[in-house]
Amino acid sequence: MLFGIAVFAPLAGALVSGLLGKAIGDKGAMGASVLGMVIAAICGPVAFFQLTGGADPAVLDLGSWIESGRFHVDWALRYDTLSAVMVAMVSFVSMLIHVYSIGYMGHEARPRYRFFAYLSLFTFAMLMLVTADNLTQLFFGWEGVGLCSYLLIGYWYDRPSANAAAIKAFVVNRVADLPFAVGLALIFFKFGSVEFSTIFPAVAQHGADTYSLFGSTFSAIEVIGFLLFIGAMGKSAQLGFHVWLPDAMEGPTPVSALIHAATMVTAGVFLMARMSPLMEYAPYALGFVTFVGASTALFAATVGCCQTDIKRVIAYSTCSQLGYMFAAAGVGAYQASVFHLITHAFFKALLFLSAGSVIHAMSDEQDMRKMGGLAKIIPITCIVMWIGNLALAGIPWFAGYYSKDAIISATYAAGTGIGMYAFICTVLAAFLTAFYSWRLLFMTFHGTSRADHHVLEHAHESPWVMLGPLVVLATGAVFAGWALHGWFIGSDWPHFWNGAIFNGPHNQVIEHLEDVPGWVELAPLVVGLLGIGVAYVMYIANPLLPMRLAQQFGPIYRFVLNKWYFDELYNVIFVQPAIRLARLFWQVGDVTIIDGVPNGLAELTSDGSREVVKIQTGSLAVYAFAMLIGVVVLIGIFMLSR
Amino acid sequence: MNAVANAAGFPILSLITWLPLVGCLVIMMVRGDEQTVASNARWTALWTSLLVLVLSLVLWVKFDPSDGGFQFNEHVTWLPEYKVGYSMGVDGISVLFVLLSTVLTPICILASWEAIHTRVREFMISFLILETMMVGMFCATDFVVFYMFFEGVLIPMYLIIGVWGGPRRVYAAVKFFLYTLTGSVLMLLALIAMWVHAGTTDIPVLMHTMFPAGMQNWLFLAFFASFAVKVPMWPVHTWLPDAHVEAPTAGSVILAGVLLKMGAYGFLRFSVPMLPQAAAHFAPFMFTLSVVAVIYTSLVALAQEDMKKLIAYSSVAHMGVVTIGIFTFNVQGISGALFQMLSHGVVSAALFLVVGVVYDRIHTREIARYGGLADRMPGYSLVFMLFMMASIGLPGTAGFVGEFLVIIGSLQVNFWLALLGGMGMILGAAYMLYMYRRVIFGRITKDDLRHILDLSPREWAVFAPLVVLTLWMGIYPSSFTSFFDASVGAMVQQHTAALAATTKLAGIMH
Repeated sequence: MLFGIAVFAPLAGALVSGLLGKAIGDKGAMGASVLGMVIAAICGPVAFFQLTGGADPAVLDLGSWIESGRFHVDWALRYDTLSAVMVAMVSFVSMLIHVYSIGYMGHEARPRYRFFAYLSLFTFAMLMLVTADNLTQLFFGWEGVGLCSYLLIGYWYDRPSANAAAIKAFVVNRVADLPFAVGLALIFFKFGSVEFSTIFPAVAQHGADTYSLFGSTFSAIEVIGFLLFIGAMGKSAQLGFHVWLPDAMEGPTPVSALIHAATMVTAGVFLMARMSPLMEYAPYALGFVTFVGASTALFAATVGCCQTDIKRVIAYSTCSQLGYMFAAAGVGAYQASVFHLITHAFFKALLFLSAGSVIHAMSDEQDMRKMGGLAKIIPITCIVMWIGNLALAGIPWFAGYYSKDAIISATYAAGTGIGMYAFICTVLAAFLTAFYSWRLLFMTFHGTSRADHHVLEHAHESPWVMLGPLVVLATGAVFAGWALHGWFIGSDWPHFWNGAIFNGPHNQVIEHLEDVPGWVELAPLVVGLLGIGVAYVMYIANPLLPMRLAQQFGPIYRFVLNKWYFDELYNVIFVQPAIRLARLFWQVGDVTIIDGVPNGLAELTSDGSREVVKIQTGSLAVYAFAMLIGVVVLIGIFMLSR
Repeated sequence: MNAVANAAGFPILSLITWLPLVGCLVIMMVRGDEQTVASNARWTALWTSLLVLVLSLVLWVKFDPSDGGFQFNEHVTWLPEYKVGYSMGVDGISVLFVLLSTVLTPICILASWEAIHTRVREFMISFLILETMMVGMFCATDFVVFYMFFEGVLIPMYLIIGVWGGPRRVYAAVKFFLYTLTGSVLMLLALIAMWVHAGTTDIPVLMHTMFPAGMQNWLFLAFFASFAVKVPMWPVHTWLPDAHVEAPTAGSVILAGVLLKMGAYGFLRFSVPMLPQAAAHFAPFMFTLSVVAVIYTSLVALAQEDMKKLIAYSSVAHMGVVTIGIFTFNVQGISGALFQMLSHGVVSAALFLVVGVVYDRIHTREIARYGGLADRMPGYSLVFMLFMMASIGLPGTAGFVGEFLVIIGSLQVNFWLALLGGMGMILGAAYMLYMYRRVIFGRITKDDLRHILDLSPREWAVFAPLVVLTLWMGIYPSSFTSFFDASVGAMVQQHTAALAATTKLAGIMH
């Protein structure tokens, strides 16, 4: 019951603030929206603790949705450890973001009810996604977060760049959603249902099912695994589908925090964990998951090192951290990936919101080259951002230390070739993570100020309505890992997860997390400290070094700076051809070829006949003529074929 | 000779069908100056169509969804020596289309309230005749009766485009007439051939008549010529954008909402149940044309600069999904096709009304002439957003269910069919969002847009039922699918049995 309230309170808040916003005013709308979130943020965690306290998992059936022959899905909420932990995190973090937004959007000239309605709707869609009891409802939430991200990224709709980014986010996600939908159809085709409770027990029996594609035969489970993962790649911005994520920074900063921490991008990781009973029977798909995840972790980290926009650095960091989560899921350590998802939610929301606080203080300046030395002006923001980065870099006893190290150990413990590849990638990425995090800190808060003095005069610490959420999140970034690791990946994990995540009989990764050699456990910390050291040398001790390096390694620097030219590549191979093809089909296909013939005919009849009479005789003649020809031809054919 | 024994207790289908003509008579009798005549014509048409709507709701309430056959049957002997009778009846496949027609007609009349100011009386008469023809076509259970209504629809529509249309209305009307007529002639021949073979034109009897395989192929092609144009399928779709662009708003609404469904309805009523072998034989051909339609017309929509043309092309793409669903011959595919037809009937009709709103104010449909409407028209932007999302197939709106069921149905046939047929999901998002951005978002730069007004109460009244339907169909589609589940199940079963019988026969002969 509490669980249901947690899911639907944000919807109620969204509807009230969105539809009645004009009538009740901005204050009323904000109040309604935040109230809905506070209710959810109380009910969600309480429902989670009830479950850990021994309550039974359950399914809350809300009524039938789609019925067609054998196909049948319900609106239903699934209450188990995985969904409860997600609901608790999403509702809690989102509530903090709502509160923060009251302060952040304070200067907005336009009515703000729209913004709060979208935020709450976004949260609702994500909650529907994580509580889905069947894949179709999951798809509802999946597309719902897509819609809300579109609305929020394009919130400042008078900016062309925001509109472009919003459309890009939606369409790129849609590209990945199509394979997901087809995978869903394939599940129905093979299992006769899309409900988890029917699919999961049946996977073992269908393990040997095959499906023909590209002229060869594959395991059906593998094909499903691949298709679902492509969907996950889109939502979670993995390599190839990542292009929408950095552009999504066009939205107001609280939106970035919501997209990157609590909702949307974590959906793909969640999907892998939710579908673990199926993925465990798709080893090749899992190998691909690890490969893509590990590659993304490294790729995004390299790009993050060269960005100068404070939000974009954090955006690429999200991309990279999601890669870690997929790498873990791919080697079978779903528990570790969900663990990292939760701790990451705290420190990433913290990082984004404190970046927002910096931007707020600097009169909307986002370029780190025009910052520096801000520690004295905005000390609280500086401290919480340090905490966020300490957690992100995996410095001992901060949240990321427990979850990220578990992932790196898991890739090593997997003992496979692809696991080793992931291990190398993630360790290298850990170095880069620490580097770009401290690069960000040094460029923003330390050293000499490069800011415009007008801006500096106005610079001020944010109000407490913004700092409050930051402090709460910072507390989470410090303690979440320490507090939760016993549950998520400690020795008692089977009891905690209670079957919500499935590990195949041959998958012993979580058991062997502690058995890796000492150097493996130490490696992330060592490279992390090294990264911090390098950042110190380059941005505090010797500030001219980065420029010299950029000149010396020009091609490499430009390649990374331009994000490996993915946008340009896609423009050439997808966007431009589509536009050219569109014009070709229209002007040549439709107008010239298809219309050519009947146009001649129509012009014959309507030529010079403005008066209705002539047109009518014209078409009557054609009518009679066509009829006659038709009759002759058909009767002829008929007699011949008899 | 009358045989009326149905759940309503009176010949309800005939009443729904012919009542609009009574309204016409009333309008014709009105005398007075032009103002009075126009006003009376509007009100009479509105009340007539509302009365028809209320009557048709009896079907909604009294229809027995568990029965897969025809209900509310009526039969009057007409030409006994030729075994042709006036017979009416609805099954799960047609009943909702009757309702779709009766819901959209009053909406159209309301939408034309101010937009049509010349020859109002004639316009309203045409519209009511159109309603009679549409409803009659969906109710007919005799092929000859069906054919007359099917063709009859052409005439009022031709007039609506040709008289009240835009600058190139004559061209568009003639093109519309020619395209749809050519196919119809071939259907007439098929009709005669069937009558010769079976000795009757009663549709339920024809559905259980086995036509020889060779003959089935020819009949299928003749039907195809007629229905493919009406759907419209690629490559005979080009009359549609022209007709839409030139038609007045209400004309576009009915054209997209109901008339486009006639072709697909024909496939479902005749081609699939009466010609099972030929339908199976030609299915790959139909799939190919449909997939091409989805991708080709979606791309063309991307390049459009006229709002109505863009939505017209998107209609062709959406109907491509429908034809894919029909020829999968499984429950999900056909149900998906039916649902897609209904949802497209609501959503595309609504989108044409959306275009009509700004057209009435600024008198242009050119996308580039707009921009930044969100500031001045928040209500309009919200409504537009909802229907755009429904058109893209967002879950929770009407557009999702049909498309999704078709993907599920088509995957059971072929992986690539599902994937390529689903391409509309991606391209649809691209062209709709791109249009929305250019019309609604950005800054207002045109002077005449600075004082543009948001939706009026009359316009809210036009949109309200469509908004409710769009969400209802998305959140609780079972209340619609339950109507046709039994009929579709029966159709699929019959189709499978017919194919199995042929295979068996072929086995014996070999």
